[in-house]
Amino acid sequence: MQVGVLALQGAFAAHSDCLTSIGVQSIEVRNTEQLSSVDALLMPGGESSTMSQLLESSGLFDPIATRIADGMPVFGTCAGMILLASEILDGRSDQRSFSAIDISVRRNAFGRQVDSFEATINSSVGDFHGVFIRAPRIERVGDQVEVLGSINDEPVLVRQGNVLAASFHPELSNDARLHEYFVSITANKKKV
Amino acid sequence: MVSTNGSSSTGTQRVKRGLAEMLKGGVIMDVVNSDQAKIAEDAGACAVMALERVPADIRRDGGVARMSDPEMIMAIQASVHIPVMAKVRIGHFVEAQILQSLGVDFIDESEVLTPADETHHIDKFDFTIPFVCGATNLGEALRRVSEGAALIRSKGEAGTGNMVEAVRHLRSILGDIRKITQADSAELFEWAKRLQAPLSLVQEIAETGKLQVPVFAAGGIATPADAALAMQLGAETVFVGSGIFKSADPAPRAKAIVEATTHFRDADVLARVSRGLGVAMTGIAMDEINETQRFAQRGW
Repeated sequence: MQVGVLALQGAFAAHSDCLTSIGVQSIEVRNTEQLSSVDALLMPGGESSTMSQLLESSGLFDPIATRIADGMPVFGTCAGMILLASEILDGRSDQRSFSAIDISVRRNAFGRQVDSFEATINSSVGDFHGVFIRAPRIERVGDQVEVLGSINDEPVLVRQGNVLAASFHPELSNDARLHEYFVSITANKKKV
Repeated sequence: MVSTNGSSSTGTQRVKRGLAEMLKGGVIMDVVNSDQAKIAEDAGACAVMALERVPADIRRDGGVARMSDPEMIMAIQASVHIPVMAKVRIGHFVEAQILQSLGVDFIDESEVLTPADETHHIDKFDFTIPFVCGATNLGEALRRVSEGAALIRSKGEAGTGNMVEAVRHLRSILGDIRKITQADSAELFEWAKRLQAPLSLVQEIAETGKLQVPVFAAGGIATPADAALAMQLGAETVFVGSGIFKSADPAPRAKAIVEATTHFRDADVLARVSRGLGVAMTGIAMDEINETQRFAQRGW
């Protein structure tokens, strides 16, 4: 199994380190050739508007959309979650997303960097130490979406089929359990 | 400064270094007004540095360069979604208090402005928002990390359009890190002494093979090829100061530098984005700058 980490901009290196720590091979994805060699894709945090533009200029947007529609597992954290959401609030008007998971997210809704925080997340996958950096908020969750983790009764970790999304940064807390969970989704899918 | 409320904490090193992680693989652009900030965001900048004059103009004008007017910084904050950084003078912790009160996302304690303290840098642990500091070598980088910096950038020689100094600084910082990973435990004491840096930080580098915080490039970057060179040398992101808005046609150049920073190892992409960008900023050779007018020697 090969997991790709979208490496256009953002915290891709930290995600690769997490995958390495659990013995999973990963490659950085910056073009369509690299995309075609992966079974699953991780979309890191960073700036969603920067990534949107680089998705267009690198010609990756449509091929990724097709792969997601064909069932490729994807895991988006922070900006990656914004890219996967069906609705972006407070984003740039020209910002496109993959609409892969039926949630509405508000960009930077937890505030500026001065408000960035770390806190414990209670989740059905386990309790996590979550790091929130200028984090987006999940303001609406569709019927098909399962809420896996919350903080103060607010959803922060959600899943719809093969699409996993988190508003926080599991790659920043030396804890690869969510990466393991994502890899297990990919492994189960391969068996089918 | 770390504050805890129930199970939630702000201002921790992890949260500060976390934002530096998010900026990786991106371009941080100097802007002097909200129009430029929008051009930068449209081109795909991952953050902007708000300042009244780009380094090339500070160099030309001379005199004392200070923190920018809060009104101008607030106008830029209101005009873009991406993080906004701003500069304070070395050692001027009150300018930093003001920027924190404005909700700036990152503070650059910068040698481009006129230093306010000839001995002390700011105690950066005292603040909730993260700091970036310049360094010319690994010792300087580690002293800044020990004061709480969440991000290190090469000083380069800002406002020159000439990246020779940035290359020197990156090679020095990253080259010494490579050498430390080869050193035995006894040699690490000598390294700490030579670098005038805390031994514990030197030992940590020997174990992990990298600096405690990300290393970005700054100073004299003016073309897509410059950005890719910095990245191939091991920088993780680039700051572009005067290089964009002192060029003939800023918007396409900004976009090209963003693409070059992402695809820094792909020469075909670099060749494509480098075409037809018009005239780059003129630039200054190092021997044209009097020793006393060099920014990089500010800071200790």
